[in-house]
Amino acid sequence: MLGGIAVLDATDRLGWLAGRVLADLGADVTKVEAPGADLVDAEWRALNVNKTLVELDFERTADGERFDALAAASDILLATPVPGAAAARLCDYARLAPRCPRLVVVTITPFGLMGPKSGWQASDIELMAAGGAMSLAGEPGKTPLRVSAPQAYAWTGAQAAIGALVALHHRAASGRGQQVDVSAQAAVITALSHAPAFVSVQGQTPTRAGAYMTGRSVTGARFRVFWPCRDGYINFILYGGVAGRRTNEQLVAWMRASGAELGALASIDWEKWSPTGVTQEEVDDIEAPIARFLAGIGKREFLDEGHRREMLGYPVADVADTASDAQLAARGFWQDIAGPDGRIERHCGCFAIVDGKRAALRAGGTPAAPVGQVKRT
Amino acid sequence: MTAQALADVKVVEFGGYAAGPHIGKLLANYGATVVHVESRARPDGFRLQYPPFADGKPGINSSGCFAHFNDSKRDITLNLKNAQGIALARRLVDWCDVVIENMRPGVMARVGLGYDTLATTNPRLVMLSTCNMGQTGPRADTPGFGSQLTALAGMCNLTGFPDGPPMLLYGPYIDYIASTLGASAVLAALERRRATGRGACIDVSQYECGLMFLAGALFEHHRSGKIAQRCGNADTAAAPHGAYPARDDGWIALSCWSDAEFASLCRAMDQAALANDARYATLASRQANAAALDATLAAWTLAQDAAAAAGRLQAAGVHAHPVATVADLFDDPQLAQRRLWRRQPHAVFGEQVCCFPAFDLSDTPGEITCAAPLLGEHTEQVLRELLGMSAEEVAAHEAAGALD
Repeated sequence: MLGGIAVLDATDRLGWLAGRVLADLGADVTKVEAPGADLVDAEWRALNVNKTLVELDFERTADGERFDALAAASDILLATPVPGAAAARLCDYARLAPRCPRLVVVTITPFGLMGPKSGWQASDIELMAAGGAMSLAGEPGKTPLRVSAPQAYAWTGAQAAIGALVALHHRAASGRGQQVDVSAQAAVITALSHAPAFVSVQGQTPTRAGAYMTGRSVTGARFRVFWPCRDGYINFILYGGVAGRRTNEQLVAWMRASGAELGALASIDWEKWSPTGVTQEEVDDIEAPIARFLAGIGKREFLDEGHRREMLGYPVADVADTASDAQLAARGFWQDIAGPDGRIERHCGCFAIVDGKRAALRAGGTPAAPVGQVKRT
Repeated sequence: MTAQALADVKVVEFGGYAAGPHIGKLLANYGATVVHVESRARPDGFRLQYPPFADGKPGINSSGCFAHFNDSKRDITLNLKNAQGIALARRLVDWCDVVIENMRPGVMARVGLGYDTLATTNPRLVMLSTCNMGQTGPRADTPGFGSQLTALAGMCNLTGFPDGPPMLLYGPYIDYIASTLGASAVLAALERRRATGRGACIDVSQYECGLMFLAGALFEHHRSGKIAQRCGNADTAAAPHGAYPARDDGWIALSCWSDAEFASLCRAMDQAALANDARYATLASRQANAAALDATLAAWTLAQDAAAAAGRLQAAGVHAHPVATVADLFDDPQLAQRRLWRRQPHAVFGEQVCCFPAFDLSDTPGEITCAAPLLGEHTEQVLRELLGMSAEEVAAHEAAGALD
């Protein structure tokens, strides 16, 4: 959909996903890397596929001029400037705007371009901390946690891609590019869902709940989320509403068909049950027989039977479960392309299906420059 | 006032909860006109099913959860089980550029609002459908909420300690991955439409979008067979790397990505000799002695206030930040600088504190234009001002039950 749009991607890890998103949507993305960059790293490979690679040494004057030529030929520049670095000077909007008035310059930094922390450095863990996400993950009262696979960079790249396209949209009307200032800290706040509303509406500060969910009952009751099963864990939550009612009814029916003890479940009218007002004691009574039942179920069995019964809930998958999921295979999500050594690499495919088709990942902008191979300028 | 970047974009939303409406909010905050369609019989599920509520009392217009994702929009009630209601929905679609829907696959088509039908009268329409599994595949019909899909996508399995259970991420975490990526897809489709005149039918699987946030771990599994495991706050490339308790009951996150940075940390702690300790001289040795190192760091952080310690470490060139609580975010001077929280009058809350997106534009800055709408607040306005209906026509539709 972005055919003909040229993107110059001069980002580090903080911005890799932005370029990948734009590439997946059809833009021609040229990734700039310094000599000696680790191009074998799994994160690099996964998020820089679908781009053409150019090696530039920003410390060399000649390569700086090549960068300017690339910028002048681009519609969008993605940059993650680090104060004091040569790349930061080259990507500076004030320098580029007079030379390239139509260029959209997306400047991605940990905290934004202005403000008291604009010079602070942060990696994934500091960003997840600064954006509030760590305060909501982990056992109550114990160490706040991040996701073991970095998430802040992805949240940032995803927001940066939107910013780039909003500015591009405006350029069609105005003829002018502009600067997009992206804050990684603020991007992480997207992940908090509606947690900020508890502060602003009720004066309450949500906290981490471990393997439980809070914030669904006005009594403060917590609901179990992760249930040990035969080969791992299952994610199952007692919901209300139409969908929750069906799930709860189907679970009881499944348990009954299996001869499981129903306990407090036997007397509940799911038509009337709602999580909004239940007490912790009521929740505990309901959950006890469910825990006994799910302990004997396998992850795949729950996925299949839950689907058959149109129940809400999923197994807690690891990457191996994901890699073998028939749903993803049926939709052609995985895409195989040749890596730099000629061996086939399997990637997450383009994230959207447009007009019934998932665009194929391109193995480079030109046949001479397959992804992962350095196209020396 | 400078026209906003998306001032010419008109959006209609069918659906509710998070994944659809958050896309509309992102577009609305940069100037798009967004109409959120609900019905009185089945309002947006976020209105009643989840706290917080004003004064702690559930009410159709008192949900902070709904408000969080629907500022800067107009709200209309249409009865999609009523033929005239469907006809009005069609007129709205003919008026707009973009339809966003997050119902279960097939529902829109069943009520006569499928893409193929809508495109007959609005061939330039961009329509994005987002749901758990996508519109196709053996489990396309699976119902689901994002909080659980986050587990299927693998994030929960990667949160927690190796010897403990998986951990929850707050709310429908994965929904916001799909909505942010979905917003880009909508804008890309508008770009194609500008160039070619063609509309687009976009199928966004929230599951697949979520996997983009674990793309590296999945790539590594396909390449080597490695199965990524949850590892607390550890990182293979940095040590120390974690969250440490502070004197003021807060926590401080910090990390060192080189031996030089670790030496800076030691100097900032007034324990410069620590950097020369053989147990901590290299990344490998610091990781091998992580428990002892973490205990040493925690002993220091417990004597510090989190914010002051973070400032001191940053000044020394060390990655550090307090672990912000959600309440802390409202007092963060950096976020205040960005005007992340913007207040708008609201009929029930008195004032809604709205959250601005993570980016802004230099020449055409975005804005929160109004608080979240009450149910059906703009029904008459939308029908009259946007669709050009007369007062008599509106009244007739209301009498026929089309606006319920």
